[in-house]
Amino acid sequence: MKKALILGLVACSLMAAPVQAAEDAEAPKSVDWSFDGIFGHYDRASLQRGMQVYKEVCAACHGMRLLAYRNLMDLGYSEAQVKAFASQYEVQNEDPNDEGEMFNRPALPSDRFVSPFPNEQAARASNGGALPPDLSLIVKARAGGADYIYSVLSGYAEAPKDLKKPDTLHYNPYFPGQLIAMPPPLTEGAVEYADGTKATVDQLSYDVTNFLTWASSPKLEAQKSTGFKVVLFLLVFTGLLIAVKKKVWSAVH
Amino acid sequence: MEKQTYNNAVVRWIDDRLPIFSFMDHEYNQFPMPKNLNYWWNFGALATVVLVAMIVTGIVLAMHYTPHTSMAFDSVEHIMRDVNYGWLIRYIHANGASMFFIVVYIHIFRGLYYGSYKAPRELLWMIGVVILLLMMATAFMGYVLPWGQMSFWGAKVITNLFSAIPLVGESVVEWLWGGYTVDNATLNRFYSLHYLLPFVIVGVVVLHIAALHVTGSNNPDGIDMKGPQDSVPFNPYFTAKDSVGLGVFLLIWAAFVFYAPDYLGHPENYIEANPLVTPPHIVPEWYFLPFYAILRAITFDVWFIEAKLMGVLLMFASILVLFILPWLDTSKVRSCRYRPIYKWFFWVLLIDCVVLGWVGANKPEGMFPLIGLIGTGYYFFHFLILLPILGKIETPLPLPTSISESVTRRSGAPAGATAATGGNA
Repeated sequence: MKKALILGLVACSLMAAPVQAAEDAEAPKSVDWSFDGIFGHYDRASLQRGMQVYKEVCAACHGMRLLAYRNLMDLGYSEAQVKAFASQYEVQNEDPNDEGEMFNRPALPSDRFVSPFPNEQAARASNGGALPPDLSLIVKARAGGADYIYSVLSGYAEAPKDLKKPDTLHYNPYFPGQLIAMPPPLTEGAVEYADGTKATVDQLSYDVTNFLTWASSPKLEAQKSTGFKVVLFLLVFTGLLIAVKKKVWSAVH
Repeated sequence: MEKQTYNNAVVRWIDDRLPIFSFMDHEYNQFPMPKNLNYWWNFGALATVVLVAMIVTGIVLAMHYTPHTSMAFDSVEHIMRDVNYGWLIRYIHANGASMFFIVVYIHIFRGLYYGSYKAPRELLWMIGVVILLLMMATAFMGYVLPWGQMSFWGAKVITNLFSAIPLVGESVVEWLWGGYTVDNATLNRFYSLHYLLPFVIVGVVVLHIAALHVTGSNNPDGIDMKGPQDSVPFNPYFTAKDSVGLGVFLLIWAAFVFYAPDYLGHPENYIEANPLVTPPHIVPEWYFLPFYAILRAITFDVWFIEAKLMGVLLMFASILVLFILPWLDTSKVRSCRYRPIYKWFFWVLLIDCVVLGWVGANKPEGMFPLIGLIGTGYYFFHFLILLPILGKIETPLPLPTSISESVTRRSGAPAGATAATGGNA
């Protein structure tokens, strides 16, 4: 009886799950990520490669407005490297100069990532009417998370012969609706990795998905390592509480 | 209240003027509890702990959150990325809402199984239903604050329900919104009320506990305490027992916070609200799904009542019916342990609620509308027809003569030992 009640409530709590599966898309490929599991952590080398992919490929159309350049120090870059990286971009200063005119200056580590388009209309105009979404939270904002992002990036295929498809859309079995406006973004050798890793489509997708996951959940490592300590503490503490309860009640039972 | 004499002069001085020490001693330290309570009686204490945790984390979140349509979403991400341990505070709070409902739903079904709503605890139960309503309002408005897609569209769908009210519906909705759509005025008032209502809940919880301390706790046998041999003082017995439940509960909560913080949420809510883009499938949080199913159960007009209005009425009725539950259940026996027929219908009701939740989570297509209609019909059948009739026709099992007899019988001691234990107490 008790078991049935618990099962019922667990089932109730799982209710949200079936909703999130896209009905007309293939289930995402299952990847073994370094950030999965109790001791999950990011693969720094892959994050750095992924950032290179983002910068050289994705950033042409996709912004990451919630990230600041200073956040890149998490990937293992030094302060000087981050300063140099930020200064490649130009931002408008928040305040006007002494003449009261707004002016542009090189970005600082404290600035947020500069988006490729000034507004939605400009983004749509450059992309055949489609809006490339901001990628700051993309892994959290899609059902299937990292597996889904990886599958879409690496999953472009020849459209089935009988599929009627407008020329502006591309066939991707992992995308809900299977027709995606984004052309296949990654091709073999699209990026020349500094560390000599071979830039296959799978490798590029894997690295950039790692980077995007970090961007969505930058505190994931602290979260998992704190969690381990908290759970360990609670296990011992609960054990003690059970012992205390038994002792207190021993005279009654 | 009998006065204690305290050795400490300061304590004595205070207690003579404001007897808080005597009060705590009487209502907590020595408060007699039935000694046969099982772990299902942990959940009231657990709910109190969650309420306090929600208020504390909520106050911290409010220090960093900006209730404006153009900044709300980014300010939540600011909490997640820039505020020290902001991710922890927010994940505790967001998952805390789900934990609160799990705990309270178990607490309610505990009350249903053991007949805790029956005389003399009717008012205690009704105050509890008020707490549930306040919790639902608070949770709903809190979910709007991150200003994601589900926040916005959930708010739009639910506030729009009031437009089903004849004649004044449209005006009521505009009054709720503070405008002609869900916008900044709506977000601001939801923020204000989301901060206010938890303290109202605290007030009503105080009434709930005050009423509990008049009648005392019900127990798994559903029979009254007849003397000191049937009870143990709250402290240390239930301090210890509630602590065990708390430890296990915190483990589950921590597992969600640290290892699956977004599992109970919806990915769509990590996309900023956009009034021009409707999400493919608008669903409420899991704890509202059964009610959402009832809301959508009626797809046809009933006489002069439109389907939409009927759904709204049924959804509210599904909670309001709990107010009159003490009078709908005609059985004199409280606990399901001694109600051989009702016992099974309790589980059918629980399954019905889970099925309704499942229907609520899915698009109203295919078989779901029919299952939703049957589930809704059964829900009301259970309370309005089954309970009144069952109390009349069911023959209850013989009740134990006392709690202490029941305890010794259950722990396998010979019947003769009962008298001895009773005599020693």
